[in-house]
Order: sequence, then C-alpha cells, then structure tokens
Amino acid sequence: MDYRLNFDAVWRDFDLLLSGLGLGLSLAVVSIFIGSFIGLLAAFAMISKNNLWRRIAVFYVTAIRNTPILVLIFFTFFALPQLGLRLGKIESFVFTLTIYSGAYLTEVFRGGLVALPVGLREAGLAIGLTEWGTKIWVIIPVMIRSVLPALSNNFISLFKDTSLAAAIAVPELTFYARQINVNTFRVIESWAVASLMYVSACYLIAAGLRLLERKLAIP
Amino acid sequence: MANPLMVIENLHKKFDKMEVLKGVDLTINTSDVVSIIGSSGSGKTTLLRCVNLLEEFHEGRILIDGEEIGYTKKNDKRHRLSSSILAQHRALTGMVFQTFNLFPHLTALKNVTLGLRKVKRMKKEEAIETARHWLNRVGLLNWQDHHPGQLSGGQQQRVAIARAIAMNPKLMLFDEVTSALDPELVNEVLSVIKDLADDGMTMLLVTHEMHFAYDVSTTVIFMNEGKIGEQGPPSELFQNPKSQRLAEFIKNSTF
Amino acid sequence: MTVAISALAIALGTILGVFVGLALLYAWLPVRIIVRIYVDFIRGTPVFVLVLASFYILSIIGIQLNAFQAGVLAITLFCSTHVGEMVRGALAAIHRGQTEAAMAIGLTFRQIFLYVLMPQALRQILPTWVNAATEMVKASTLLSIIGVTELLLATQQIISRNFLSLEFYFLAGFIYFAIDFSIERLGRYVERKVAYS
Repeated sequence: MDYRLNFDAVWRDFDLLLSGLGLGLSLAVVSIFIGSFIGLLAAFAMISKNNLWRRIAVFYVTAIRNTPILVLIFFTFFALPQLGLRLGKIESFVFTLTIYSGAYLTEVFRGGLVALPVGLREAGLAIGLTEWGTKIWVIIPVMIRSVLPALSNNFISLFKDTSLAAAIAVPELTFYARQINVNTFRVIESWAVASLMYVSACYLIAAGLRLLERKLAIP
Repeated sequence: MANPLMVIENLHKKFDKMEVLKGVDLTINTSDVVSIIGSSGSGKTTLLRCVNLLEEFHEGRILIDGEEIGYTKKNDKRHRLSSSILAQHRALTGMVFQTFNLFPHLTALKNVTLGLRKVKRMKKEEAIETARHWLNRVGLLNWQDHHPGQLSGGQQQRVAIARAIAMNPKLMLFDEVTSALDPELVNEVLSVIKDLADDGMTMLLVTHEMHFAYDVSTTVIFMNEGKIGEQGPPSELFQNPKSQRLAEFIKNSTF
Repeated sequence: MTVAISALAIALGTILGVFVGLALLYAWLPVRIIVRIYVDFIRGTPVFVLVLASFYILSIIGIQLNAFQAGVLAITLFCSTHVGEMVRGALAAIHRGQTEAAMAIGLTFRQIFLYVLMPQALRQILPTWVNAATEMVKASTLLSIIGVTELLLATQQIISRNFLSLEFYFLAGFIYFAIDFSIERLGRYVERKVAYS
C-alpha cells in the first residue's frame, strides 16, 4: 500500500464542501418544517373517528415508511414528469423529503397525541374553546413539547438523508465530496473530511436541539 | 318568582347499551348551591358532564336562561350543534375537574387568560387584570408566574377554579374537586368554593364531602341508579331521609 | 440480490453489533472509548456516504473488494452500530437485582449473561431489531449508486430500455414495500410468540 495523505486538494475546495453542508441543512430545515404540517394533519386524521380520513392517513404512512427513500427520490424526479409534474432538482428533492418526513412525523405526533391525558382536551372545551381552538392553543403546544426529543432525532436523520440528493446531482456535501474524490483522487481525504463534517454537524445540531428542549421544557 | 337559571328535563344518557341517566329533571335558580351526592356509578359525574356538553345525551333537554343548549330540532330530528356553537354554550357554564386539568405548558396567569383572550376576545391588559383579580380571590396572586407542575394539588385546583370563574359563567360546575387531593389540602379548596357561594354564585357540585355539602348547599340531591332519588334542603335530607337507600348511604359516609 | 445483500448485512451486522453492545457496557475503558467513537462516528455519517467511502477507499488502500462486497461491508458497519446501541440499551435496562440474584445462586458471569440477561434483553430488542432490519433493506438501495445490480438499479436499467419510468418505479416501490411490510408483520408475530404470557 503506497498512499500518502495529502489534504491540500480537499482544503482548496473546502468552501464547496461548506456550501454543500449549508445546502443540505437548508433542505432538511425546509422539509421538516413543511413536513410537520403534513404530519400534524395526518396524525389528527389517524386518531379521528372518521374512517375515511383515518384510512387515508394510515395508507400514506405505511406506504412511505416501507419504501426506500432513494426509490421515492427517483420516482419524484424521473417518473412524476411523465404525469406532467416537472420539478427542478432541488424542488423535486425537497418535495420528496417533505412527503417522507411527513410520514415519520405523523407517527411521532400520533404517539404524542395518544399519550396526552384526556382531561386536557376537555379542559380546553370547558372554557369555551372550539375543537380547533383547543387543538391550536392547548393540545398541539403540549404535545410538541413532549415529542421534542423524537423530533430532534428525526431532524438529524433527515439531515443525513440529504446526502441522497447527490444521487440526482443536487450539489450538497456528498456531491462535492464525490466530485473532489473523482477529480483529484484524494479518496481517503475527501471522504474523511466529508464524514467528519457530517458527524460534527450532527453533534452540533443535537447539542443545539437539546438546549432548545431544555428551554421549552415544561417546569 | 324569577325564571329559573337552568332547567334539565327528562335527561337520558347511555354508554353503549348501559343507561346511566334514566330521566333526570332538575331546576336551578340563580344563587342556588346544589350538591349532588350518591354512590359511585349513580350518574352524578355524568350529569355534570352533560350540562357542560362534554357528554352527548340521547333524550331530554337542558335549558339555560330559557334557551336550549347543545342540541336543536330540525324536522323533528335532534341534531347536535356545531363545534363553535357548542363552545359558546359551554362558556355559559364553568367546569372544575377532579384532576384539575390545568394546561401544563402555561403559567397560572396564562391558564386563566387563555380563555379570556381566545374565547372572550379581551384585550391583553384587560385579560391580565381580570385574571389577576381572580387569582387574588383564590389567594394565588403571588404564584401567577408558576407553572402547574410547580404548584401543589390544592393550589392547582384553586387556579382551575379561577380559570373557570374568570370566564364569568352563569353557573359553576364542580366535579368531585377535592377527591384527588391530599387530605390536608382539601380545606383550602373548599373554603374558596364556600367564599364564592357566599358571594351568590350559582353552583352545581358533585361531592363526597358530606359535611361541606351540609354547610354550603341550599339544596342537596341524592342520585340513585340514574335518577334523582331524593331532593331537598340539606337539614331535611340528612336528618330525615325518606328512603332506605339514602339512610344507608348517609350512615356509611364519613362526616 | 436485494434480499441477499440485506440478509448478509443484517446477519453480519447483528453478530458484530452484539459484540459492539457488550464492549460498550463491559469492556476495558480504553476499548470502550474506542468503540464509543466508532459507534458515534458511523451513526453520525449518512449511510450513503459510508457506501461511497467504502467503495472508493478500500480499493485505494489495496483491499480489492468488488462493489457488492464494499456495499455489504458499509451496510454491515451501519447495522452493527445500531444493533450495538440496542444491545447496550436493553442490557442496561435490566434491573440490577437480576444480576445479583443470579450471582447469589452461584452462576458465573458467562452463565448469568447466557441464561439470565440475554433472554430478557432479546425480548426487548426484538421490535427495534425488526425495525432496523427493514432499514437495512431500504439502505440496500444505495448500492445501486456504486453499480451493484440490486432491485433499484435493475429497475433503472429496465427503464432505460423501455422508458416506462412511472410504472417500473412504482413496481420497485411496491416490491420494497412488500418485503419491508412482511418483515414487520413477521416481527410482530414472533414478538407475540415470545412475549411473557
């Protein structure tokens, strides 16, 4: 084995890697944000008495959770245009990641909703709030706080899933790492730096979210 | 005599096939304090929850100030009203629960202002002022910025009372409000209720505290197997029970 | 192919993972720290990066692996850290009294582990392990990128010939769904069987 480590090529393009990391983070943030709304609606549908809504939600969650995300990404990017829905690379990926995160968040939120004491909803109704008013002012704020740890985990795994955007040539971290690898043959260096960037980003995000959890925790 | 504040007519309520309320009639006038006693399973709590429209009922009517709440008749069929009208009707009564059910994510003050702001649409300052007035009445002004988790059971229940009464309901409903409390915390809650009763607040309470029911009530109701068994002033009911069931019930209760 | 990759990676990853989990709990401190770093590093890196890295790096440092082997290696490593954390969590959750009771009747550490701790931990691990297994099936799609002809790449090759992308992606999605869904159902069945009655 005759390979000497030389990080010069990687450092030269470090700004590319950084911009890739930034894009990955933005993709994850946008997706989890929109996905949360889908997740909330689907979670309420799942626990509703209405059979039709419940079935739609169960179908959505089961189908998405049991399909590999790469298949979903390719499906949206390559197959949906055939139905006339033509999206750019980034839009297409965000669309997929949003639908994907929505399904996982549905499960998280459903768990949170089921665990709430019944009295909470009744107390909201009793002071004269409507069903939706109770959901918005009482149920959701309490439930969100209780599922924050799960939400954080979801965000981190979503962030790691943004690496898959490289498969449809979205220029995020993995895409650039592979590019540097192929162009310069600094194989070990490029992947080591990329991995380290992912790992440290995950650590920082986790630490930041834990801080947030503590701040929002109900005393 | 003035019109009654609340009239319950022939109320029936079923859980699946089990009939819990089998035709309850009850009239409450302004400033009445009505205590419901009876063994568990007699339908006391269910009756209260029907008045607050937390339970659906299958027959009968509830009128407050002459207006039917919860249901309407269209083409001879009973319809439950929409969520927003139910909410308006619920705001006519204030409910205090056995398990407090405070909103855990809000401070004591915000527990009270939430309904004032979102239901009564009060301005922020006005809501805070009203809330502080009632927190003061229940003796918890100094605790306004604490969360429910930081309060004792008795304090939580007093906040819950402030939260309900701040909405200016016509009728207050108390559902066994002391039975989840440690014995030493019961009195602070009862004295708040007595204080409100002395002020002329109309109340309907479900209670196991016979002594309290005797002291505070204008009328006591004995519920038995989904019906009103006996009804009258406390002295009459407790000292001269007419039925065997009530006599036994009183004998087995701790005064 | 998809099934072969997943099965192999799950099997190897589980065996490795049990050792990782044991090391995380009982190993000599420096070993424990190294294993901890290994676990955190692998878990913090996207599987896709692991797949690409093992594919490109191994060939450069003179280990000749084909795409299939490199891919299985990446998913095995990924699987091992997940299983490792599960094993650690499950063992840590068993009440201390269990170990003490076992020591009191004179069992050795090995016996305690085999007859007392492991059977209890297994019941707890099973549901999460089934979850992880479905994750691995899904992760196997990533090997298509490095040219392992598993289900997804085969689908793409077919599509490149007949351009029926909608239909064939749908079919691929459905096959994955069927595999994962049956694993999940099987898991639930086994779970019920071994549950304390």
